[in-house]
Amino acid sequence: MLNPYVNRRDFLRAGGALVISFPIGAALGGETPARAVSPRPLALDQVDAFLAIGADGRVSCFSGKVDLGTGVRTALAQIVADELDVALDQVEVTQGDTQSTPDQGPTYGSLSIQVGGMQIRQAAASARAALVQAAAAKLSLPAEQLFTRDGAVYARPGGQRVAYGELVGGRQWEMKVDPKAVLKDPADYRVVGQSVPRLDIPAKVSGEFLYIQDLRRPGMVHARVVRPQGIGAKLQGFDDSAARAVKGHIQTVRSGDFLAVVARTEWAAISAARALRVQWSAWEGLPDQARLWEHVRATPMNHSDVLQSVGDLAQASGEGLKTVRATYDFAIHTHGSIGPSCAVAEWVDGKLTCWTASQQTHLLRRQLSLMFAIPPEDLRCIYVDGSGCYGRNGHEDAAADAALVAKLTGLSVRVQWMREDEHGWDPKGPPTLLDFRGSVDAAGKVQAWESTVYAPDAPKTIQVPLVAAGLAGMPTQEAHPGNIVQALAIPYKFANIKVTAHRLASTPFRPSWIRTPGRMQNTFGNETFLDELALAAGADPFEFRIANLDDARAIELLRRLAKVAQWAGRGTPAPGRSRGRGVAFVKYELVRTYVGAVAEVEVDRESGRIRVTRFVVAHDCGQVINPDGLRNQIDGNVIQTVSRTLLEELRFDRSRVTSVDWASYPILTFPDVPEVVVELMDRPREKPWGAGEPTASIVPAAISKAVFDAIGVRLRSVPFVPQKVLAGLRQS
Amino acid sequence: MRIDMKVNGKLSSTEVDDPEMPLLYLLRDDLALRGPRFGCGLGQCGACTVHLDGRAVRSCLVPVRSVGEQAVTTLEGLGSSVNPHPLQRAFIEEQAVQCGYCINGMIMQAKALLDAHPQPTDADIRSALAGNLCRCGTHQRILSAVKRAAATLAGGEHA
Ligand code: FES
Ligand code: FES
Repeated sequence: MLNPYVNRRDFLRAGGALVISFPIGAALGGETPARAVSPRPLALDQVDAFLAIGADGRVSCFSGKVDLGTGVRTALAQIVADELDVALDQVEVTQGDTQSTPDQGPTYGSLSIQVGGMQIRQAAASARAALVQAAAAKLSLPAEQLFTRDGAVYARPGGQRVAYGELVGGRQWEMKVDPKAVLKDPADYRVVGQSVPRLDIPAKVSGEFLYIQDLRRPGMVHARVVRPQGIGAKLQGFDDSAARAVKGHIQTVRSGDFLAVVARTEWAAISAARALRVQWSAWEGLPDQARLWEHVRATPMNHSDVLQSVGDLAQASGEGLKTVRATYDFAIHTHGSIGPSCAVAEWVDGKLTCWTASQQTHLLRRQLSLMFAIPPEDLRCIYVDGSGCYGRNGHEDAAADAALVAKLTGLSVRVQWMREDEHGWDPKGPPTLLDFRGSVDAAGKVQAWESTVYAPDAPKTIQVPLVAAGLAGMPTQEAHPGNIVQALAIPYKFANIKVTAHRLASTPFRPSWIRTPGRMQNTFGNETFLDELALAAGADPFEFRIANLDDARAIELLRRLAKVAQWAGRGTPAPGRSRGRGVAFVKYELVRTYVGAVAEVEVDRESGRIRVTRFVVAHDCGQVINPDGLRNQIDGNVIQTVSRTLLEELRFDRSRVTSVDWASYPILTFPDVPEVVVELMDRPREKPWGAGEPTASIVPAAISKAVFDAIGVRLRSVPFVPQKVLAGLRQS
Repeated sequence: MRIDMKVNGKLSSTEVDDPEMPLLYLLRDDLALRGPRFGCGLGQCGACTVHLDGRAVRSCLVPVRSVGEQAVTTLEGLGSSVNPHPLQRAFIEEQAVQCGYCINGMIMQAKALLDAHPQPTDADIRSALAGNLCRCGTHQRILSAVKRAAATLAGGEHA
């Protein structure tokens, strides 16, 4: 298990060229992936798109969804092992290669297991049924008498057996995925539901793992891109005499406003880029950050969509109706990958190969095909693991940079973004503004709920235009920032509800999705405002939620959470008080994963600093594939979002991002990391839902409420920096 | 210019164009080591951490000319996936990795801590790792892994 790729290569020799593509599994520490590959069937209705079994019985799983450091590789192997009845160490997962893995859509939205994994599970069930049929024919026994175990079909325990390798080894299935193929009874799962150790970790703790940043190709050179001084500035001229004097400098390349230096070594590329003297035109197209929310509110609207409508707000009535209004805002965030984006590209005979940590290699291929005006068939994007990206960060842009420089030089080119590229040029989570109005009657019943989000419009398919294409004046697409209006609709059963999204014509930065896009901002508004209404109703926040939900699973989760967190009611803000607790809940997008959390905070009234000390999470995502992996994900959701909530805000002037390093864009560090307590509600007989995002969505609201509980200050603007806390204390 | 250096117990001799080049690039690009990682190049994140004579340093800020006789140790020098150092084993046992990009720095920094303070408190570990950034939010498990390694090492097992 430690070094599966040794076996893998043997397998390739033994298994025959028909079946297998090539070992992208280099990603676990092997060699640079080979070039040659016989194309595989990729249609999503074909078993061959997902699975192959070699003559030796080893199983290859081909996944369009990729492991972004989340453990998906291991979870998919578990799913395949159980559904096919093979040992876990017989399964290898190839991910995100446009030539050998099917297009299962980008790896986002907490869908890798829920959608991607279930497509693979269905393919595996279809394959297992076919194996049983084949064995029945071979043994001249009725299929009903046969069963599968450990990579073979058996007539009876200890009896006659035919190994899978004998039945299909080296051949394609040439059959469709049967949507009716019977899945195993969850009671029979042996590895699904187990905390199987992640396959990638031993290599990652020993320097053996191959990240995209480690990939080296024969003859490869290094490039650094020199970015415009203002985001929309034009390149007026440059002097590269000092850059050329750097030993190892090969070439300075320009295409429109795209400028890069190419050098024999990485350090020479960095030194030459720094030595380049460039004139950029003045550009000051960004809004004044101090007036960002006025800018957002004043941005022209393309259209306005009603997302949820119940009853009629105009008819809201009741005894002693109290109306509450609030506005929330959520700062612009950067993905902040610890390893800046990187890619390698090569052109051979007019065909492009690109190694990338993109979460969406198929989509990237379409984007690059448009950019370079070549058919997608002439383009191959190969996933190699990167530093965690938490959404669409700069990887695709680095790929476009590398492809363009490779095209301009004819060389194999590696582009590694510098820290300021990553912080300055990765696409951003757009600034989000939310207005709320609600009414509660004397009996504590909510009679009206109205919410409006101001969010960038979504033109077509979800994508983020490539920076290099824009700079070089090559064809590119409109920006689509992702699912940022989702989760604004609420699960609570109020008499009159209206939820609206104002889709804005523009947003200051290239918009993209960052972990829990929109759902984090919207849930922050929803759950904080719900607490404001609960307060107006004089109700306990748990009981208030439970009273307004008619979903047994949600209520069970909240009750469990109250118990685990030892909830004893809302505290009373008082002068001496500095500790507080707050609860938040979400049913993700109203259709899947349920999460509730209680945040515990300490607020320093002198400095205004908030410390989140503890976070208790109750989580129900249906069937759990790997409990330990899931806990790891939930921890990460909480800690990363505590960071975003307390500290993070992109800084910019009228021309450019100014928070281009970790000093100007600080994130949470060890001394301030909370204890995270996770309560999993495993439901083995339910569908597995996503877990990469839902927990993150409730973190800001839970903290806001805990702070209110502690000091009576309602924080409605993320991040909750000390100045905002102190300003609130002065007012109260 | 030729730079001679002792890396993970082996002597290496590398021709470099610029003696100001940070050690990180020599290790990664010339010696093909993958443990030390480029994260910021500014001394702010810790991804590039290596040891010089047992001291944890940020190799993105150390010019190759300044290394001299000091012994360089990288993550690879501690152990391998087949034969991991107790710290590496503790990270595996605690599954203290998400993307893993920061983990080199975490292990190398923790190693320096444990060498100096074999029985650190929780607060000691937190403050020793305060300058090491993790974006995935793996901190809680990293703390557990370092504690586990401390216990193992105190139990008489040696690196
Ligand atoms: S890369 Fe050296 S400290 Fe960040
Ligand atoms: S595990 Fe991804 S940055 Fe720490």
